Amino acid sequence: MARPPQHWDDNRLEQIIGNLLRGGVLTAALVVLLGGILYLVRHGATVPDYHMFRGEPADLRGVAGIVTDALSLTSRGVIQLGLLLLIATPVARVVFSLIAFALEHDRIYVIVTLIVLSVLLYSLTGAGS
Amino acid sequence: MNTIVFTLLVWSGSFLAGLLGALTGLGGGVVIVPLLTLLFGVDIRYAIGASLISVIATSSGAAAAYVKEGYSNIRIGMFLEIATTLGAVLGAFLAGWLSTEVIAVIFGIVLLYSAYSSSRHKPHDIEDDRPDRLASLLRMNGSYPTPQGSRSYHVHSVPAGFGLMSVAGALSGLLGIGSGAVKVLAMDQMMRIPFKVSTTTSNFMIGVTAAASAGVYLNRGYIDPALSMPVLLGVLAGSLLGARVLVRAQTRILRIVFSLVILALGIEMIFNGLTGRL
Repeated sequence: MARPPQHWDDNRLEQIIGNLLRGGVLTAALVVLLGGILYLVRHGATVPDYHMFRGEPADLRGVAGIVTDALSLTSRGVIQLGLLLLIATPVARVVFSLIAFALEHDRIYVIVTLIVLSVLLYSLTGAGS
Repeated sequence: MNTIVFTLLVWSGSFLAGLLGALTGLGGGVVIVPLLTLLFGVDIRYAIGASLISVIATSSGAAAAYVKEGYSNIRIGMFLEIATTLGAVLGAFLAGWLSTEVIAVIFGIVLLYSAYSSSRHKPHDIEDDRPDRLASLLRMNGSYPTPQGSRSYHVHSVPAGFGLMSVAGALSGLLGIGSGAVKVLAMDQMMRIPFKVSTTTSNFMIGVTAAASAGVYLNRGYIDPALSMPVLLGVLAGSLLGARVLVRAQTRILRIVFSLVILALGIEMIFNGLTGRL
């Protein structure tokens, strides 16, 4: 197709968003699977207890702590990193839509998308902690 | 029961939930919390956290396919996501404030509604199809593919739809479900968007809505990696398989059976919530 590279339309936007979502989910699932195997190998023989609610330790509650734990290959840290990637996938989709609406010069939807994005970032960066 | 057995059992249950959810179109997320709390004795806060994670995965996976086929309306979705994400954050805060018994009862009521709404779908007539001013300003009117070619549609009652969407978001954040039934009610019945566009756009929005409350749950320490792992992998595998066999499957009876399961789980959740047995 002889289309200038700067040209954006909704159809092309839809194709790229589709690929982004699929890639994000698959990557996240793979990381979780890896962490899960590590976890079962190391802790498979312990007895699980989810009846009492204790809450997760502080390092598994925020982005920085999760990345540190995952880098030192603790199994729960690796799984939590995969879950974080999964949560980030729809956020990445919103960021991408923002860029696309800006390239389309669609001012109303740039504002709409910015509102959604700020709610997401507010929630991810420590709301409720 | 050691961790390996527990993980495999949770995986299998989640796989079945994902499979049935995809085959019936009712979504698997709605049965994950009752499954974990009633069957495995998991605290409802951990269960909601794990369910929320699985909802993001299935919604994003399915949305990827629908968006490419051109059914979902990205503008409608993005605009209504303002309502659902704000509602979701509010719902997630409510989850930390309400007692687990109250949450269980609300969950049960939502399950009863899901079972009821799946048994009846009244297609609306598209007669009075004058474009709505606000919808036109927001460029929401669109078209979607049908066997007879591309068909255009108009969007109505934007403010009312927006209001109901924030309720859907709050329920999603409070209970860790996609609340697709309420989202479709808002878009299909209230805003009079074609059914296929409503369901696929709703699916598209569920991931962002769930991500908004997942952030709050993560910060609160409600998301346990070892429990979320089998739930996520099970639901994802089940729903992928379900989407694959969907074209060949006879889903009418399956739908009735699954609705009855949801109904029974709803009654049990309400009962356990009222008697404080969770």
